[in-house]
Amino acid sequence: MERRELICIGCPMGCPMTVEMDGTDITVSGNTCPRGADYAKKEVLSPTRIVTSSVKVEGGDMAMVSVKTEHDIPKGKIMDIMAEIHRTKAKAPVAIGDVVIEDCAGTGVNIVATRNVEAAC
Amino acid sequence: MREHDIVIIGGGPAGLAAAVSARKAGIQDILILERDHMLGGILNQCIHNGFGLHTFKEELTGPEYASRFIKMVEEEKIPYRLNTIVVDITKDKEITYINRDEGLVTIKAGAVILAMGCRERPRGALNIPGYRPAGIYSAGTAQRLTNMEGFQVGKEVVILGSGDIGLIMARRMTLEGAKVKVVAELMPYSGGLKRNIVQCLDDYGIPLKLSHTVVEIHGKERVTGITIAEVDERRKPIPGTEEYYSCDTLLLSVGLIPENELTKGTGASMSRVTSGPNVNDRLETGAEGVFACGNVLHVHDLVDFVSEEAALAGENAAHYVQKQKGQQAVEAAESHEVPLLAENGVRYTVPQTLDVANMKDMVVVRFRVSDVFKNRSIAVYYDDQLISKRKKKVLAPGEMEQVMLKKDSFAKYPDLKKITICTEGE
Repeated sequence: MERRELICIGCPMGCPMTVEMDGTDITVSGNTCPRGADYAKKEVLSPTRIVTSSVKVEGGDMAMVSVKTEHDIPKGKIMDIMAEIHRTKAKAPVAIGDVVIEDCAGTGVNIVATRNVEAAC
Repeated sequence: MREHDIVIIGGGPAGLAAAVSARKAGIQDILILERDHMLGGILNQCIHNGFGLHTFKEELTGPEYASRFIKMVEEEKIPYRLNTIVVDITKDKEITYINRDEGLVTIKAGAVILAMGCRERPRGALNIPGYRPAGIYSAGTAQRLTNMEGFQVGKEVVILGSGDIGLIMARRMTLEGAKVKVVAELMPYSGGLKRNIVQCLDDYGIPLKLSHTVVEIHGKERVTGITIAEVDERRKPIPGTEEYYSCDTLLLSVGLIPENELTKGTGASMSRVTSGPNVNDRLETGAEGVFACGNVLHVHDLVDFVSEEAALAGENAAHYVQKQKGQQAVEAAESHEVPLLAENGVRYTVPQTLDVANMKDMVVVRFRVSDVFKNRSIAVYYDDQLISKRKKKVLAPGEMEQVMLKKDSFAKYPDLKKITICTEGE
């Protein structure tokens, strides 16, 4: 049996929850609503996050282009994704939605631009 | 002197939404003045996601949210001037601005919309003793340097203040390879959203020390370390609780202040609580024809509410201009202006007054509470009559609250003198 303490992020209540896992059997306590239980289950089974960062741009009217993972990625992959983002340089012009890195860090998820950067004139 | 129907001061989320809304309400001649080299304001540096859930029903990053409104402004062909700083607004709505192309220019506006946003409380406002070494940044400055300019701000970081920008920057600096050693918060609770505490601090094992503050900044040329200490109920440091952290950077996330230097020139009366102008339900300040919206009016937690508020200011400014030109046929009833009072745990309300005779069918009143309350109700009184009472499991100063007031609810109160919004126990 494994126990984990979590704080719910569903609303400002921030319920302190305890999750008990016994194989596939998951019990959540401390939550005041069903949303807490849903969140807790996802958080212990397969926590995911959207990662946002900035990538250096060459030849642009700005130094950096902001980016995000196109979908949420496993929480444990965040630092791998950041390492690849740090190695990457984009070339201006870049438009919102452009793929900056394909299949980042083997997650199958692309890194896409979240702003437009024009070519420097 | 050149004249424009509506001049909007600031091209951030508030200014953009106000412009689009004023155009939709029928005003052709609009000008946005923006001091940065691009539109979008603070959203340009807020590269994290979580914006737009209310407005667009999807989760966007700051630049994406801004781009939606910039696109609307461009589709509507609303003129704007960048790299342009407004230096003065007079009671007669004469606006003086400076830019490199035109020099110093004074123009006249039919209506003015104030959308200048807010700025961060600086170190000087905190009375932290010590030298003035390099390495002390407000969290927003560090955010701009990291996200837009591509600088590494620091390698070992202590953050004072647990507002949302501080929390977001704790994660951002960590992702950029820095070690964030601790976030210290003076209050016994965090001013940031729960979501940010979990996803920005807990995810990365960054400790949050509540009821703690910085008592000394070490280092002469560059920050070499920070001493924090626990504080008592009166927020005074408790001797013997000092802890030293070696670091090269201190980030301050200790509050936002509406930027109202220009507002004062209009003669508008100011609220001591919000640090913004007092407004009526049309979001018009005490200076006739001068409207305010967004963080210059009061500091918001969600940009979605800024857009909503700004759209209302834009529409009302348009109606004002149309009325001045005699274009609006609608006869206004004799006004019946009622003050909104914030009491017992409610710090302020925006708007501060309501014209119950001419208000829209429904008006949203926004406010913040002064402390963390559990199982408390938000009550609305017309004079001494209780009108509504809504129970909340939790109320926190970090989250903006609202009540809706309907016009038809006032029909039974022809002699209404005041509306009170307050918190109440059982």
